[in-house]
Amino acid sequence: MSYLDNILFAVLLIAGFGFFAASVKKIIRNINLGVDVDRKDNPKARWKNMALIALGQSKMVRRPVAGILHIIVYAGFIIINIELLEIIIDGLFGTHRIFAPYLGVVYDVLIASFEILAILVIFSVTVFWLRRNFIRLKRFIHSDLTGFPKSDANYILYFETVLMILFLLMNASDYHLQNVPGGYSHFHKAGSYPISQFIAPIFNGTSNEVVGLLFEIFWWLHIAGILVFMNYLYFSKHLHILLAFPNTYFANLKPEGQFDNLASVTKEVKLMMDPNADPFAAAPADENAHPAKFGASDVQDLNWVQLLNAYTCTECGRCTSSCPANQTGKKLSPRKIMMDTRDRLTEVGKNIDANKGVFVPDNKTLLNDYITPEELWACTSCNACVEECPVNISPLSIIMDMRRYLVMEQSAAPMSLNAMMTNIENNGAPWQYSQQDRLNWKNEN
Amino acid sequence: MSESLVVPTMAEMLAEGKQPEVLFWVGCAGSFDDRAKKITKAFVRILNRTNVSFAVLGTEESCTGDPAKRAGNEFLFQMQAMMNIEVLNAYEAKKIVTACPHCFNTLKNEYPELGGNYEVIHHTEFLKSLIDDGRLTVEGGQFKGKKITFHDPCYLGRANKVYEAPRDLIQKLDVELVEMKRSKANGLCCGAGGAQMFKDAEPGNKEVNVLRTEDALETQPDIIAAGCPFCNTMLTDGIKNKEKEGQVKVLDIAELIANAQDL
Repeated sequence: MSYLDNILFAVLLIAGFGFFAASVKKIIRNINLGVDVDRKDNPKARWKNMALIALGQSKMVRRPVAGILHIIVYAGFIIINIELLEIIIDGLFGTHRIFAPYLGVVYDVLIASFEILAILVIFSVTVFWLRRNFIRLKRFIHSDLTGFPKSDANYILYFETVLMILFLLMNASDYHLQNVPGGYSHFHKAGSYPISQFIAPIFNGTSNEVVGLLFEIFWWLHIAGILVFMNYLYFSKHLHILLAFPNTYFANLKPEGQFDNLASVTKEVKLMMDPNADPFAAAPADENAHPAKFGASDVQDLNWVQLLNAYTCTECGRCTSSCPANQTGKKLSPRKIMMDTRDRLTEVGKNIDANKGVFVPDNKTLLNDYITPEELWACTSCNACVEECPVNISPLSIIMDMRRYLVMEQSAAPMSLNAMMTNIENNGAPWQYSQQDRLNWKNEN
Repeated sequence: MSESLVVPTMAEMLAEGKQPEVLFWVGCAGSFDDRAKKITKAFVRILNRTNVSFAVLGTEESCTGDPAKRAGNEFLFQMQAMMNIEVLNAYEAKKIVTACPHCFNTLKNEYPELGGNYEVIHHTEFLKSLIDDGRLTVEGGQFKGKKITFHDPCYLGRANKVYEAPRDLIQKLDVELVEMKRSKANGLCCGAGGAQMFKDAEPGNKEVNVLRTEDALETQPDIIAAGCPFCNTMLTDGIKNKEKEGQVKVLDIAELIANAQDL
C-alpha cells in the first residue's frame, strides 16, 4: 500500500498552515507597532459586542440586501468548514468519508445542508459580483477602489465560487460512483446529495476509473484551494473574516461623542495652571523620557486598536457612503483613511523586515504621503462612519489624531480655525465677543 | 413676551446662600449668536414659567473647548476644561442643563476625566422630565396639526444616543411628526460639527447643510425642528439657499414649546 498520498497531503497541510502562521505573526508584530491603549475593561460588554456584531452580524443587516446575502456566505463559510475536519482526516489517513459510519443519519443531514449552503453561497456571491461589476453600486466604483483593491474584491468572489463548485463536483463524482451497480472501489454509500445528485449525470458514460480520478482531482483541488485562499488573506481585505472578532472585542465602549483626553497634555496643562509650580525648574530627569509627540503623523503614533482596525477593514465603503463630506464631493473618504493606514503599516512592516527588525526612516509618513490635510479638515466628526461600520472600526479617531498633529506639532490649522482658537484663548468664545458681555442677552429684546 | 426674564447667576445664588436645582449652561452660541439667543430666551421663559430654580454662570462661563478639541487643539481644550471645572466645582455644581449638544457632550463625557463630575442633560431631556413630573403641561397652540420633522444633532443622537426626548416633546404639541429618510442613528450631519462651523468647507460639489435641508424638505414640513444652535443656523441657511423662508421655519424644540404656550 502506498503512503505517498498521505505524505503529500501532510506536507501540503503543514506548508499551508506554516505559511499562514508566519503571516499571522507578522500581522501581530505590525499591530504592536502602535502605542498602547487599555481595552481590557468590561470584558462582559466586549464579549457581548463580539457575539452580537461579529458572530451575530447585527450591524450588517442595516442594509438588508447585502446583509442577508452576507449572512448566507458567512454561514456557508463557517458550516461548510466542519466538512474540512473530515477532509483533513481522510487525507492524512487515506480513509474515505470517515465520519459517515459513526454519524449515520446525522451525516446525511450534514452533507445535505453543506450542499444547500454551497449553492446558496454561489448564488449570493454571484449577486455580489453583479453589484460590483454590473449594477456598479456607487461605493464599489468609488475612486478608493482602483487597482489591487478592485481586483482583490473580485478575486475573493472567484475564489469562493470555484471552491464551492469544486466541493459540489467532488460530491457529484462521489455520488455517481456510490451508485454504480455493485459498487465501485472504496466509494461506499454515505451522505445525502440534494444538489450534486443533479450534477452527477454528467458522469454517465464515463468509465468508473476516470470518474474516480476526477474525484481525486476535485478533492485535491478543493483542499489545496482552501489552503491557498487562507494564505491569500494576508494580502487581502478578506482578512476581516478573522479580525472582525478581535476588532469588535477591542472596539471603543465609550459614547461615540467622547474623544480621548491626551494624558500628555493633561500633565502640561496642570503644570501650567499650578500656582506653586516653579517656572524656572529644570525638567525632571527621566532616562526613559523622550519628548512626547502630540497627535499622529505616522502609523507608529496611532494606537494598536487603530492599526487592528486598518487590518480588519474589508473596504465595503458603508462608512464612505454615509460620510457627509464624501456625499458632497469632498476628498475625504473614511474608507480611504483605513486603507491608507493599512498600506502604510504594510510598508513600514516590510521596511522592518528588510532592515533586520529595525525601522529605517524612509522619508515618508502616513500624513501627506498617504492622507492629505485637505481630507482631514473636511471631517465634521459626526460619527456616521463609526456608527455605520459593520465591525466597529473608527476612522474618526485616526482623523482626530492626525488633526492633533497638524495643530499641535505643526501649527498647520486652516487660517479661520486659528482665528477661532485665538478667540477662545483671548475671550472664551469662538467669536470675538468679550466674556464680560456673556449675559447681555438677558436684557436684550 | 413682555414680562422680563429672571436669570439669576450662580454668584448671586451663592451670595444668598442658595444652591439652584440646576445650572443652565448657556454656551457661546446661546450667549452671543443672535439666532441662538432666541433659543436661550425661550428656554428661560419655560424655566421661569415652571418656577424651576436655576442659575447661569454669566460672565464666569467660558467656551467648553469643544471646537478647539475637534480642531485638534487638545491644549486649548484642556485649558478651557480645567478653568471651567474650577469654576463649576467652586459652586459645587451637581446638575447641568444645556441647549447645545456640543457643550452637552463635552461636559458630560470629556470633563469627568479632568475632574468635572456632573449630571449633564440636554434641554430636551430636561423639558421632558418637567412634563413627566407634571411641572409643565404642553398643548399644541399655534402648532396644532402642523407637519414637523426633527433633525437629529450628531452630538445628541449618534454621540449620546438621545433620540426619543426631542421626539416625545414634539408629539406633545398635537402635530404630525414626520421622519426624514435618514434619521436617528442614520441621521445626516448638518455640516457644522468638528469645528466646520468656523471654517470654509473644502472643495466639493455641494454644501452639507444644503444636502441635509433637501432631506428635510422631502418630507414637506411646515417646520424643521432642531435641538442644536449650530444645526439651527445650518438649516436656516439651507432654507434660504432653497428660497423656502416663506414656507418653512427652523425652530428649536424649546421655541416650539415656549411659543405653543404663548410664553
